[in-house]
Amino acid sequence: MTEQHDALERAHGVTRRTVLKGVVAGALVLCLHESGQIALAGTASRKYGVDAEPGGAVENPLVFVAIHPDDTVTITVARPEMGQGIRTSMALVVADELEAEWPRLRVVQAPGDQARYGNQDTDGSRSMRHFFGPMRRVGAAARMMLESAAAAHWGVPVSEVHAEAQQLWHRASGRHLSYGDLAQAAAREAVPDPQRVRLKSPEQFRYIGKLSTRAIDGADIVAGRARYGIDTRLEGMLYAVVARPAVLGGRLIDYDARAALAVPGVVRVVEIAAHPLPAQAYPLGGVAVLARNTWAAIKGREALKIRWHDGANASFDSQRFEGQLEQAVRRPAEVVRNDGDALSALQAAPRRIEAEYYLPFLAHASMEPPAATARIVAGHCEVWAPVQDPQGTRDLITGLLGMKESDVTVNVTLLGGAFGRKSLGDFAGEAAVLSKAMGGTPVKVMWTREDDIRHDYYQAVAMERLEAVLGPDGLPLAWLHRSASPTEDATFVAGAEGEDSSEYGMGMINIPYRIPNIRLEIPKVPAYTRIGWFRSVYNIAHGFAIQSFIDELAHAAGRDPREYQLSLLGPDRRIDPRTLSDQWNYGESPRRYPLDTGRWRAVIERATREAGWGRALPKGRGLGLAATYSFMSYAAAVVEVEVDRSGRIAVPRVDIAFDCGPQVNPDRVRAQLEGACIMGLTVAKHGAITFKDGRVQQSNFNDYPLLRLPEAPREIHVHVQQAGFEVPLGGVGEPGMPPIAPAFANAIFAATGQRIRHLPVGESVSRT
Amino acid sequence: MALTLHINGRSVDVDAAPDTPLLWVLRDELGLTGAKFGCGMGLCGVCTVHVAGEPVRACLTPLAAVQGKSITTIEAAGEGRIGRAVQSAWLALGVAQCGYCQAGQIMSAVALLRATPQPSDDQIDAAMAGNLCRCGTYPRIRAAIHQAAQQLRETP
Ligand code: FES
Ligand code: FES
Repeated sequence: MTEQHDALERAHGVTRRTVLKGVVAGALVLCLHESGQIALAGTASRKYGVDAEPGGAVENPLVFVAIHPDDTVTITVARPEMGQGIRTSMALVVADELEAEWPRLRVVQAPGDQARYGNQDTDGSRSMRHFFGPMRRVGAAARMMLESAAAAHWGVPVSEVHAEAQQLWHRASGRHLSYGDLAQAAAREAVPDPQRVRLKSPEQFRYIGKLSTRAIDGADIVAGRARYGIDTRLEGMLYAVVARPAVLGGRLIDYDARAALAVPGVVRVVEIAAHPLPAQAYPLGGVAVLARNTWAAIKGREALKIRWHDGANASFDSQRFEGQLEQAVRRPAEVVRNDGDALSALQAAPRRIEAEYYLPFLAHASMEPPAATARIVAGHCEVWAPVQDPQGTRDLITGLLGMKESDVTVNVTLLGGAFGRKSLGDFAGEAAVLSKAMGGTPVKVMWTREDDIRHDYYQAVAMERLEAVLGPDGLPLAWLHRSASPTEDATFVAGAEGEDSSEYGMGMINIPYRIPNIRLEIPKVPAYTRIGWFRSVYNIAHGFAIQSFIDELAHAAGRDPREYQLSLLGPDRRIDPRTLSDQWNYGESPRRYPLDTGRWRAVIERATREAGWGRALPKGRGLGLAATYSFMSYAAAVVEVEVDRSGRIAVPRVDIAFDCGPQVNPDRVRAQLEGACIMGLTVAKHGAITFKDGRVQQSNFNDYPLLRLPEAPREIHVHVQQAGFEVPLGGVGEPGMPPIAPAFANAIFAATGQRIRHLPVGESVSRT
Repeated sequence: MALTLHINGRSVDVDAAPDTPLLWVLRDELGLTGAKFGCGMGLCGVCTVHVAGEPVRACLTPLAAVQGKSITTIEAAGEGRIGRAVQSAWLALGVAQCGYCQAGQIMSAVALLRATPQPSDDQIDAAMAGNLCRCGTYPRIRAAIHQAAQQLRETP
């Protein structure tokens, strides 16, 4: 099919959305959603899920599937791979419906091109949520084209042709052909209407939902052959290391490059222009040293003498800012949800419980620091970069170089971890700008770890204040929550302050608890650094605060935290998030994705049962529970801690129960949850970025430590709830994160009586 | 300055200052990109290679220190029996997530199993403490080392 890809794609240009443009029925416009469910469209303009994303979903099999005469099958995966396993998972969905044989399958990574491939912006734990349906239809449509070609070849009705294990069969005559034999003919068949393709029933799945699928990149990884952004090598390539302003918004005054140029191997020193704030995804500006190898570039940068003007953020001090956040949460602020009259209830109460919780700035610190390579040949800029949003990076470079979009290609390498950092391609922009400055010579920009830690798009610092009064049954009568945290919007819009609706939509506004009086407020607090997205984002701070506070309330009420959690959730019900004042719902339809307290209850019950909640523990040990809902998935964690006499904290065991609906690749679901436990413990124990004089004070893993293997729990038990494929998929990559830090903190309380309200905890606590 | 290195069973001449870290020569000059860069300070282990059979951090190891010694990188790890066992355990248990740290993890694991064929959990913890994994594959790394050790014991 390969040669005819483009022509046929143009000819058919089928996307499900173009097919589904509404049907007019009387005065009502009906639109068919992803689920096939009909929604009334008084909100006609409101789209959900992938339909609301730039590029939407493309369902043309000619874009994604190529069958070669030698019977190999190539599947193009458009979403970047960063460890979540999407290259394997997406391919296995297509392959299953296509009836392709896994060992003969190859995966090609799509460059950034949303017009061709549909949405590629890989964040929000939504690749499978949004593309499971479209990719099944892609695989099935390709299979149907092969079946039609076989029928024509044999002169038999297509109903007599059957595809199995990459062969086409005519049972009656015993004839069969390989996919490779029919590849050319199949490409000339009409592409079936995506809504009319015949899908398998789940019992027929061979790869979807099975444990046994070999990871597509596994063998390359263990042999050191896998190629990440840092590994690109081009003929005549120069290696660049950039000195960037230490303070966001800082500018170069002047620099002396003589000593740098004297370093053997250094070729040129080039200034990169700074873009005025807001920072967006633009390069930060500075001075680049280009050399024949990385080491010379690093030495050259050390030899630069630069004078900077630090600019408006030069006095930013995160410790002082913590005080400002504290002030902010102690004053009334903008109300974003108000059920009943929490203020009166709080004022009238004889005893009010209140607590403030703090999460510091976090750096992503993916093991692969940012790195990208660019070259310009005959007016065409080609980039190789580990980016989560390849179209976004393409747009950035198109603008930076003043080129046409069609003259910029962004190839996506493997990402050596990303966690949100590589959503913004500032580092790829640097490579493109430097290649241009060098007349198109290939340039690889390397970030050192210090660059990465000091020039991240940080997870926002947060101060969360909660107040409650308990009724006679011990459950809250009133609940007040103020969340003060800089918004990620400030990275794009000058002066944006305080969490936006998607940010407080992450686990703060959409609490389903049975509390009659709830008041939620968002103070306006500014951002002084680049704020970005870090795995599970604002859910981290909200989950830590809310789940810790519930534990505090349970103890105040003299009740078991597990039983208290279940009472708060109340009877099983499916809640329209809009009734919780949540208009966002992670961009998903509130009907297709209601909040289901029964599923939330079930993960709490599962985690606590599996962990042996309530079992007798020796002194110094404790179990902590937390349960959160994020990215359409439910997670409950029980963390066991052991605090020795010196106060050192160990985590011997974590149980995490998880409900993401059906699982496409169950082993990768487990892997993501294991990873979330480890990363969640890093957040709880170790991670903190601080600023002084506008500068990040940390630099490398010595002062920004990550959890190491000896600290990893000896036992992590992942318990995944089973669900049929009629249930809409939930996210997987992020939702394991939010319950870990609070379950850890609650366990420390159970073990020691010491309440943790300030992260990170560090290696030890004082034992009482 | 020209130096001769013995890498993966071959002798190669490289032209670099003797204080250049081995990592950059492997990656930039020789195209052996399996060893990764993560910190440049000996803090993360993604650059781990073997020199005379011992695991070292290539980001901190100057060329002068490895001249004349035999260097093995991840690209040749599968040539040894232990390396093969470790790689196949890694695949069987699906250890890798992003995979970026795994070359270093595997080189550390191979060195551990060479010195300690049947390591305890404590010995694994001690030997692997210098290899960070941001994706959090530690539980599977432990399990895969045990599995490789068992396979090596059962099929001598
Ligand atoms: S790069 Fe060598 S230890 Fe981190
Ligand atoms: S697998 Fe990603 S850093 Fe270890």
